[in-house]
Amino acid sequence: MSRFRSRSRNKKKQISTKYLLFIMTFVCLVFIVLGLTLNISGGPLKTIAGYVFVPMQRGINLAGNNLSLKMNDFRTLSEVLEENARLQEQVDELTVELTTLKLERYELENYRELFELNEKYPSYEKVAANVIAKDTSNWFDTFTVDRGKNDSITVGMNVIAGSGLVGIVTDVGPNYAKIRSIIDDSCKVSAMVTSTQDNIIVNGNLQTMNVNGVITFSGLRDEDNLVHIGDQVVTSYVSDQYQQGILIGYISSIEADSNDLTKSGTITPVVDFEHIEEVLIITDVKDVDKLLSEEEEASLP
Amino acid sequence: MRRRIVTGIIIIICFLLQTTVFQNLTFANIAPNLLMIVVSSFGFMRGRKSGMFVGFICGLLVDIFCGFYLGIYALIYMYVGFINGIFQKKFYPDDIKLPMLLIGSSDIAANLVVYFVMFLFRRRFDFLYYLKSIILPEFVYTMVITIFLYIILLKINQKLEASEKRRAKKFEL
Repeated sequence: MSRFRSRSRNKKKQISTKYLLFIMTFVCLVFIVLGLTLNISGGPLKTIAGYVFVPMQRGINLAGNNLSLKMNDFRTLSEVLEENARLQEQVDELTVELTTLKLERYELENYRELFELNEKYPSYEKVAANVIAKDTSNWFDTFTVDRGKNDSITVGMNVIAGSGLVGIVTDVGPNYAKIRSIIDDSCKVSAMVTSTQDNIIVNGNLQTMNVNGVITFSGLRDEDNLVHIGDQVVTSYVSDQYQQGILIGYISSIEADSNDLTKSGTITPVVDFEHIEEVLIITDVKDVDKLLSEEEEASLP
Repeated sequence: MRRRIVTGIIIIICFLLQTTVFQNLTFANIAPNLLMIVVSSFGFMRGRKSGMFVGFICGLLVDIFCGFYLGIYALIYMYVGFINGIFQKKFYPDDIKLPMLLIGSSDIAANLVVYFVMFLFRRRFDFLYYLKSIILPEFVYTMVITIFLYIILLKINQKLEASEKRRAKKFEL
């Protein structure tokens, strides 16, 4: 009798586990569909997870960074001297460049005054943030920083490090923000070659990034072969997500597509994505509707 | 109750290690998948139900902090835990071959699913490349970590089971 009972109980338990699996599968599917259609993601879950994990991740990273700083202290003097000499050379070079640029800028400002143009490239407001965690899978390049909604970060803000574009904020919690970098395999950026002002699409690519440290671009229309290797690529004014004129990288190879109309190739990004520790988040969000309406207003008599 | 707290702490520690420390200890841009070891181990040590729940929670964490849409990794990890739970009857604590085999194949299977769902549909057809440079290296690295982490998880599980038995006896008396 007892054996029979235990067996029936076992059976009941098995069935309930299977039912549970179905229910949970359904819940997951609902989450995915909600995320795909309505862009709802997490909500209270994000808040809880943020407050539990972010302080700990921040602590671990702080300890880790201190440790690596200590390790760096042991670098040899000769190395530092060598670097110093190299940097001094660079400073001289840049100073010369700066003087010419200053002259040019003076000229430019004069022209602007003449044509009554506003500043074309406004200096953006920026907030510094520390990288506290990286993607767990080896497939994508997303990471988390320790600034969130509480620091008035919102989805769609651009992220830079040093002088180059790092990525875009795709999700925010109360005290953290998720950033998808431009080398992420699913990332697309509308960009422009500065030398010819041609628009191109820059795609992140896991394979080329792993093999050569480059990302790909496509859709370059350049019949006269004016774009060369080494040309600068910046974010384009036609992009609806990225602010205009942020440096992405330099063209490292170009080849013609099979349709003979467009060209594609690779770009070496300027940011060292292996060692990102601090980033700057540009707090101005590109608002296309606003820009368009302003333009319309301006065009009205 | 005690078991739930311990399980929660294990998940939190492994998630933290995976997102911070092990991202700095990568070999050729590959980090091991600690959460997969945890989900798989709980599956075959504790059965389908535990495996399922641990998988769901780990997947949800990954979704919140790294994923695109909430639910994708939760779904994958949940099924990994559930399927590993089926092998509970064949599991003996002294034998390390079956756990290694299960954890290894779980890691490869989950990565294959990720490739098919998130890469093949975006016309990344070079499967051999991704197999050689992502899936297999992660498998090898995860296996190396498994040897240490699995023994720790096993010891914790045995301690918990022993204390649960003791308590059960107390209640009977």
